[in-house]
Amino acid sequence: MQLIRCPWCGPREETEFHPGGPATVPYPADPAALSDADWARFVFVRPNPKGPSREWWAHSAGCRRWFAAERDTRTHRFTGPMTAGAP
Amino acid sequence: MADTLVPTHPLERYLPVLAALTEELAAVPGVDLALGLLPTTAAVDLRLDAREATTPDVVGTLGGRLPSTPNTWTTLDDGEGRALWLGPDEWLLVADRPAGPWEDALRAVVGPRGGAAVDVSAQRTGFTLRGADARELLALGCALDLRPASFPPGSCAQTLLGQAGVLLVAVDTGVDVLVRRSFADYLAAWLLDAAEEFRPIPAGEGDRA
Ligand SMILES: [Zn+2]
Repeated sequence: MQLIRCPWCGPREETEFHPGGPATVPYPADPAALSDADWARFVFVRPNPKGPSREWWAHSAGCRRWFAAERDTRTHRFTGPMTAGAP
Repeated sequence: MADTLVPTHPLERYLPVLAALTEELAAVPGVDLALGLLPTTAAVDLRLDAREATTPDVVGTLGGRLPSTPNTWTTLDDGEGRALWLGPDEWLLVADRPAGPWEDALRAVVGPRGGAAVDVSAQRTGFTLRGADARELLALGCALDLRPASFPPGSCAQTLLGQAGVLLVAVDTGVDVLVRRSFADYLAAWLLDAAEEFRPIPAGEGDRA
């Protein structure tokens, strides 16, 4: 267990949060122009780094806001800055 | 002839249980804890861009200022109501007044500013915990630092108590616990169980001298 620092509410228990996947996959600028293969790549293919990972997290039991955080996948420690609303 | 319908508190059946427990705890030396039910009130969920929150017509309609600091609440209408911070653009307004006209009046002001006001009076119900041990009781199932130094009167927080999402509201005499209606029975059971910690130790078990 660890405390995660919500950009709005401050440090809260880890159980109040839910992960939302990598924050490094931008939504396609022109989705209609994508081929099926490119669309599948956007929907399903994700980076799986060993080490620092930029991710979406939601403070679901608190303010219910999404924010981006940096987590080390080797240690599950939150290391980088938390940014409200932006990756 | 049809019986007249009388509105009752959704947790009405816990009233005698909580009253009996409070009376029992009052007789325990060194314990300062009273449990009760929050009266049913109107509640409106307000969404509004924080930059619009301080405009005079918003403040005038609310009867006070919305809290801009996370995890705090302010009084409205000279203490008749409360505005609780839920998020950077979301507040819960609570007051003992007719919910419908209140919702309409708020929506008329925040609607043109891109905001929303929704009557959520039926969403939550709650408990009152009073006395110095109210925070001790909550600490048995809540990870927040609830000591008065970090959670003084005027604070509020959405967090977990046991397995239920709650909205804790620190007041001068204790803490109000708001909970979604569907979790209220669970939370009542949790509070009654946690309060066992404050009952006197039965004769014999505490004598280790
Ligand atoms: Zn939060």
